[in-house]
Amino acid sequence: MSQNILEVRNLVKHFEVSKSVFSRNKKIVKAVDGISFDIKAGETLGLVGQSGCGKTTTARSLCLLDPKTSGSVNFYNPDTKSMESIDKIDEDGIRVFRRNMQMIFQDPYESLNPRWTIKDIIKEPLDIHNIGSFSEREDAVVEILRTVGLTPPENYMSRYPHEISGGQRQRVSIARTLVMKPKFVVCDEPTSMLDVSIRISIMDLMLNLAKELDVSYLYITHDLAVARYMCNRIAVMFNGKIVEIAETEELLNNPIHPYTKRLISSIPIPDPSYKREQYEMNFDELDNIIQNNPNEKMVNIGSEHFVATHETKDFFIES
Amino acid sequence: MSDLLEVKNLSMHYDTLDGNVDAVKDISFSVKSGESFGLVGESGCGKTSVAMTLLQLQPDNSVITEGSIKLDGKELIGLSENDLRQVRWNSISIVFQGAMNAWNPVIKIGEQIREAMREHYPENSKQENIDKINELFKMVGLDETISDRFPHELSGGMKQRAVIALALSCNPKIIIADEPTTALDVVIQDQILNEIKKVQDLLGLSLIYISHDIAVIAEMTDKIAVMYAGSIVEIGPTQAVFESPKHSYTKALLDSTPSIRGEKKKLQSLDGEPPSLINEIIGCSFSPRCPSPSSSCKNQSVEMGLIEVGKDHFADKCCSECV
Repeated sequence: MSQNILEVRNLVKHFEVSKSVFSRNKKIVKAVDGISFDIKAGETLGLVGQSGCGKTTTARSLCLLDPKTSGSVNFYNPDTKSMESIDKIDEDGIRVFRRNMQMIFQDPYESLNPRWTIKDIIKEPLDIHNIGSFSEREDAVVEILRTVGLTPPENYMSRYPHEISGGQRQRVSIARTLVMKPKFVVCDEPTSMLDVSIRISIMDLMLNLAKELDVSYLYITHDLAVARYMCNRIAVMFNGKIVEIAETEELLNNPIHPYTKRLISSIPIPDPSYKREQYEMNFDELDNIIQNNPNEKMVNIGSEHFVATHETKDFFIES
Repeated sequence: MSDLLEVKNLSMHYDTLDGNVDAVKDISFSVKSGESFGLVGESGCGKTSVAMTLLQLQPDNSVITEGSIKLDGKELIGLSENDLRQVRWNSISIVFQGAMNAWNPVIKIGEQIREAMREHYPENSKQENIDKINELFKMVGLDETISDRFPHELSGGMKQRAVIALALSCNPKIIIADEPTTALDVVIQDQILNEIKKVQDLLGLSLIYISHDIAVIAEMTDKIAVMYAGSIVEIGPTQAVFESPKHSYTKALLDSTPSIRGEKKKLQSLDGEPPSLINEIIGCSFSPRCPSPSSSCKNQSVEMGLIEVGKDHFADKCCSECV
């Protein structure tokens, strides 16, 4: 078995919201409520769920963009060749951490500085981390542009983001991320803003780069069809909890949790002769069960297929 | 069944400082009553321009150079604004793309729907209108209390349902749905699609469904037209087009759509970008991106034009001869 690159245990992220500025009654929004998963080296884990289920919050907590409320996150440090907790990271450590853990954002129109040239944008992480000499950085930019398919690189280096198309922007985002040669990349719906025809080339690019550079991804999406194409394993999230996690094909062919079934049944099939079965479920009822049974546990039903059980007896597993 | 909507040789361009943008080029199609017609293509291929032209809601800088739009035998192009107001919503209505932005934020939902109804049925009493709205809300799966809410109090899915209710408020015969689910997540999308199908069956409406998502189109429509660079490159019964796509662009779209069913196959990307619509395109508009262009296609000597390739199934001359 290959090395784990990331181990997440009981990650919790709560937000406090007050009704008004002067209100003392704080309400707590449990955006992420105790989730656990591992990601192995070279593996892509898909995190799938509806809007507002806590996918992006999970990503931001992992990348230390928002501090987590509790739980432990261990990250493989290639320098010391050991798992290190992100809580113990000091000022210097955080640089090492960030070098190895990068994020690709959803919207390529907002995540690139409009006043910087493509070269500046891609070179910035190298400057910050002080990697290589000036000319080495230039060379690295040229090389990564070639890798992400923006050729010839000279044509793109001095351009500004508004001069290139959405698909090319997302390639620049990917180039900026991968120029650091990270071990782990969090991708937050990187293709949802792109046109159908461009989407596949970006997805293929990411898959190829994963193989070439040995990168692991946490791939966040709401579209199971995209997740199937990209991911080795899929974790299904509902209201801040992971309800099912399994190998991609196993999850799609043998879904156990009602929410997973509902999610699968809602994906349109590009085949007019196929009639989807409707799977109805009451989300409020499920939410109630989850909220009132805090002692959920993940049960292994074989071949690394885990399902959440929300009551002492296995409520959702029909034996 | 007779044709409810008949569009013939419609061409429209936008007059801009850089030149004319040919957004709609010589488009013909027809929709029978009760039929679902899909319009699919990349962003910028002219789908929404077609929708807006059907309702005569296109911006001021647009020029319709030729063609006719006949709704129930009545020509829409050239009608005065007053006459158009009678047609819009009464005969043909639209569900706009961004449900988030389709509502006036400072007016209650019910009042905004009543506004349209007052215009078309001035003789109705307020109570009649309220009853009608409640009935519509029930049909699209909304609670009656939504009438008294402001748009910001509703979720994206609820707003979209309310937009559908608004589109139905004046008993149209035909509804245009312009990417009604693009901003929504998959579960809500599924619910909205079911709602649209249900309403369509119930009221016997015709539907023009516009989307870039070929999987949604496959489920929603009886007949589709694939648009590329302002023209229809393939048109036919959905089943036939999916089973034996004739145009390379249709094939490319199908090959680039991931599915959760069937063998996991390698998807084909479609490289390049659609051509700029400002310059006149000579020959086949798709040839620069075509994975297997013939030599005559490459040197752009073949003219564009639809030819029949099957029963009611038409594809662009160039590609059906290429492949």
